[in-house]
Amino acid sequence: MRKWIKCITSVVLAAVLVISVLPVSAADKKEVLRVYNWGEYISTGEDGGMDVIAEFERTHPGVDVEYTTFASNEEMYAKIRSGSANYDIVIPSDYMISRMSAEGMLSKLNFDNIPNYSYIDNTFKNAAYDLENQYSVPYTWGTVGIVYNKTKVKEEITSWSALWDKEYSGKVLMFDNPRDAFAIAFARLGYNINTTDEAQMVDAANLLIEQKDVLQAYVMDQIFNKMESNEAWIAPYYAGDATVMIDENPDLAFVVPKEGSNIFIDGMCVLETSKQKALAEEFINFMCSPEIMAENISYIGYSSPSTAAKELLDEEMKNSKIAYPPQEIVEKCEYFVNLPEEANEKMENYWISIKASDGKTTLSVEDDNWQFWVVLGLIIAVCIFLNIWIRVRKKKTIEEY
Amino acid sequence: MLKSKMGSVPFLVWSIIFIMVPLGLVLWYSFTAKDTGEFTPENIFRIGNYSSIFLKSINLALIATVICLVLAYPFAWMLSRAEAHKQGIMMMLVMLPMWMNFLLRTYGWMTLIENEGIINKMFGFIGLGPFEMINTQGAVVLGMVYNYLPFMITPLHSVMVKIDRSTIEAAQDLGAGFWQVLFRVQLPLSLPGIISGITMVFVPSVSTFIISKMLGGGSNMLIGDLIEQQFLGSTYNPYLGSAISLILMVIMLLLMGIMNAFDDDEMQGMVM
Repeated sequence: MRKWIKCITSVVLAAVLVISVLPVSAADKKEVLRVYNWGEYISTGEDGGMDVIAEFERTHPGVDVEYTTFASNEEMYAKIRSGSANYDIVIPSDYMISRMSAEGMLSKLNFDNIPNYSYIDNTFKNAAYDLENQYSVPYTWGTVGIVYNKTKVKEEITSWSALWDKEYSGKVLMFDNPRDAFAIAFARLGYNINTTDEAQMVDAANLLIEQKDVLQAYVMDQIFNKMESNEAWIAPYYAGDATVMIDENPDLAFVVPKEGSNIFIDGMCVLETSKQKALAEEFINFMCSPEIMAENISYIGYSSPSTAAKELLDEEMKNSKIAYPPQEIVEKCEYFVNLPEEANEKMENYWISIKASDGKTTLSVEDDNWQFWVVLGLIIAVCIFLNIWIRVRKKKTIEEY
Repeated sequence: MLKSKMGSVPFLVWSIIFIMVPLGLVLWYSFTAKDTGEFTPENIFRIGNYSSIFLKSINLALIATVICLVLAYPFAWMLSRAEAHKQGIMMMLVMLPMWMNFLLRTYGWMTLIENEGIINKMFGFIGLGPFEMINTQGAVVLGMVYNYLPFMITPLHSVMVKIDRSTIEAAQDLGAGFWQVLFRVQLPLSLPGIISGITMVFVPSVSTFIISKMLGGGSNMLIGDLIEQQFLGSTYNPYLGSAISLILMVIMLLLMGIMNAFDDDEMQGMVM
């Protein structure tokens, strides 16, 4: 009898193990809409504004929005590419939209379901990353520039070279992603920010290595903390986030350097794998209505791609030079385009070398790597030798007894 | 015989699905080409570019492990000689920080050792500093020691409580001094604890990525960061990432092999 009980228990346990791995079938009737967006990039109703997602769920009973965030385009891309997660809506930046659409990851939108698309300004339609306007609806736009502390930095910053200024050594932050960091180095060197030329990449990489002397850290969202608390004084970042930081710490200022910079659009897209495209388009339509967009924009601080929504903002935001820079600055800025796979890989490799470097050695186009194998071989040899030596010695001592 | 076999089926299934299959996948990915999907040793060869990162990670993890051992050993010894109810309270105090989220603990250190942080502010009051503490290798080691010290104390303590007080007394009666007792009696008897403590500190330290990212300022890149970049970076190269973790596993296996050789008789296979 005991035996049987044990048998049954073990079978049940085994079954539980297997079942727990299988996907759970949704008995729930509520439709789930999965939205994958940048961190700190939607109005949550914290500042007394509107909780945009709650509002959508209220106006669309029976829909449950699952909202998840990412920290960089690359992270989002890797997660979706690996197939480990299912989302319906993603909000990548321009170059990532073109990359994902080229790889067939995005679904063509049915604009009949998105009538509010008409509120989006024409200047943001048919942009280089989505020439025929098939895959994306602009969410926000903005420029990249330098945020700096007016009380600590005496002169007025006008150039990217401030990020290399020895006077502010240890007080400078830098982007912790290759594309943005390289773009700054390219702009400072006077190259095109979309260059794929390897010699130019090496120049930029060496410039970034040189920068490590004055750098405090490579950061992304940690920048808010560090700039607001005066821990760092100079850092490149996105205009919209700069607005948020200036709200918290009025000593900060934002400038788009004279060498030119990057201008970006983040767009809402529906993934090809989504099973509820109509509902996803409904969500996009909801986000485009001027009232919702205005609520959203006034919370996140980025620039509105829709004049109708912009008109609903308060005077201060509407006339902000940071969010809506004059035409001559916009003209100096360039959009990112999708780089070929090979260039992406090279950039990523140089980026790793930059981060691993001690700030002194310079890179050349080809890297030699025989030392590693010598060292690894030595380590392995020493390990095996020690292993055998200890065992042999042990045997001897045992025999001696 | 049948009885014991049936009982182990769930565990067998579990370890096949969650241990053997993932290991096999790592191996398979390491030797697969990114674009063609064919067999290639290319990924392994490319790791040579990152030798400095490997050396740095192993170096920092070793330093952290040694510091942990030096700190934890006397503490665990005193703890094991304390009264039983005190031991319980002390052990709980050691484990208490572990109840807090790992990220939060490390984040706490960030605000402590920042240039404008609390410690430098206090130095400022007495006219010293500011000292540059964050974004250095020292800060990374500090993060490792702080986060993994309990992993050293726990196994040491659990071995030491089992050491009979009379063995120490016997050694003393026979005329052994403090150092002799330490090296000829205490250390050999607590060796299993030392070895599993070292393993439990070294392995997570060498592959950590969040500590170096938060306290090392992102410029003290370790193997963990490198692997993270392969899986969450723009090139998205899980093949190279797997190859890196494979090499890391081989290195760790060898190091653990040495550790085991020291202590083959007492605890076969406990570490591996």
